[in-house]
Amino acid sequence: MDKTPGIRPRRSLGQRMDKAARRGFPAGTTILGIFLISAPLGLPGQAQVMPAFSLSAIFFWTLFRPASVPPPAVFLIGLLADLLGEMPIGTSVLTLLLTQYLVVRSRRYLLQKGFLFVWLLFVAVAAVAAALQWALACLMNWALYPPIAGVFQFLLSAGLYPLLATAFTQAHRAVAAPERV
Amino acid sequence: MIRLSIPVRQALEKLSLPVLIAAAFALMLIGKADAVLAVRVRMALTDTLSPIYATMAQPLANLRGVASDVVDIWDIRAENTRLRAENEQLRRWQAAALALEAQNQEFKAQLNWMPMAAPAFTTAPVVADSGGVYARSVLLAVTPPHHLTKGEIALDDRGVVGRVTEVGARSARVLLITDINSRIPVVLASGGHAVMEGTNGAFPVLRYWPEGSAPIDGERVMTSAAADAFPAGLPLGTVHYNSDNVPQVYPEADLDHLSMLRLFDYDSTGVLAPDAPAGRLATPATPGAGSAGATTQGRTSPAIRSR
Repeated sequence: MDKTPGIRPRRSLGQRMDKAARRGFPAGTTILGIFLISAPLGLPGQAQVMPAFSLSAIFFWTLFRPASVPPPAVFLIGLLADLLGEMPIGTSVLTLLLTQYLVVRSRRYLLQKGFLFVWLLFVAVAAVAAALQWALACLMNWALYPPIAGVFQFLLSAGLYPLLATAFTQAHRAVAAPERV
Repeated sequence: MIRLSIPVRQALEKLSLPVLIAAAFALMLIGKADAVLAVRVRMALTDTLSPIYATMAQPLANLRGVASDVVDIWDIRAENTRLRAENEQLRRWQAAALALEAQNQEFKAQLNWMPMAAPAFTTAPVVADSGGVYARSVLLAVTPPHHLTKGEIALDDRGVVGRVTEVGARSARVLLITDINSRIPVVLASGGHAVMEGTNGAFPVLRYWPEGSAPIDGERVMTSAAADAFPAGLPLGTVHYNSDNVPQVYPEADLDHLSMLRLFDYDSTGVLAPDAPAGRLATPATPGAGSAGATTQGRTSPAIRSR
């Protein structure tokens, strides 16, 4: 939607591509990250990085660039995370969509707050998300899994967010800034 | 693209999230109802991605190599102290060995001792590990100018592996000491005698020791010259009692990773090695076990014997 109406020269192809790239940056990097995390890196705790990363990314980008992560994109990201992260299909989709819903609803309020508050809220969201995914996995496979994996996932999400948020903020201000075209 | 009025578009945008949440539930139900579909989708996705992962594999391996190098460097200090201690211990052993060697020389000089003929040996590569659940044996490749004979004793760099039981034109089969058909008279470091029986498992067991000289845990087991089946003193392994209180022998030879075997022709085996696996045709005219010295193979070497 054109926020600043007026007469100006038509954009060149390069400019339009640049704009599209900047617009697609959040969803694109998230999908790329999911592919990378699912690669056989042989890292310890790699299975838990996937939900931590996708949750952090969706939380951050929904908060700061909601237009770049529309719900269908979140749906796709969740589906990829489910398929590549060996989760029961649909659980990440649901968790990410609910997270987005929550962030969209409280966005105006959150944008006025500092980083620490946002992080604390994210920690709460991560706790609920980890519990939800654990419960859904148990329910879908009809087995009681040890909750330690969920606890680990929560801790990893909470700890990874500041790192990812720093990187995302840099990108948000430089590479992916849509107004810099 | 269809042009929609702004209120409709806004309504759609608001609606899309709840609709997709509902779709997520539907997806979960589909995934639950049709597990095969989920597996196939997953497989298709990983199939598509696998070339990318394959190209990533080499740099990743390099990276992991660097990481493990760093860890190795980190560990090098502890490793160094351990090696120093081990070196010290080995030096002590070396001293003991040299002292014993000197003593041995002295005794030989005094006793007019007659040395044993150095056994001839050939080396052959292991080409197939035909061991299974029911037999433990390996196949050797033998190139034509060389020739093995039945009954030769196979050793790897650490200890006895087994005996040659079948000889073909280009191959030979070695029955491992762990095979159930393998029975070897042994002598224990404490002086007792016993028979080592294969079990087809990883560890042979000891049987038939005289009363009062039970094997001691941890002592070395060597071949005995009893029944003239083996020369005395070849290293076999060490004794360990298992949980059922049966003395097992942990073989000295690395039976799981055999690649090259030395085959010694001791030329004096009166007892022919058993056939492997059980049920194959036995060679005729074997003398009764224990008939010492009676070689039936026409390969006696009086020159060596009478020296």
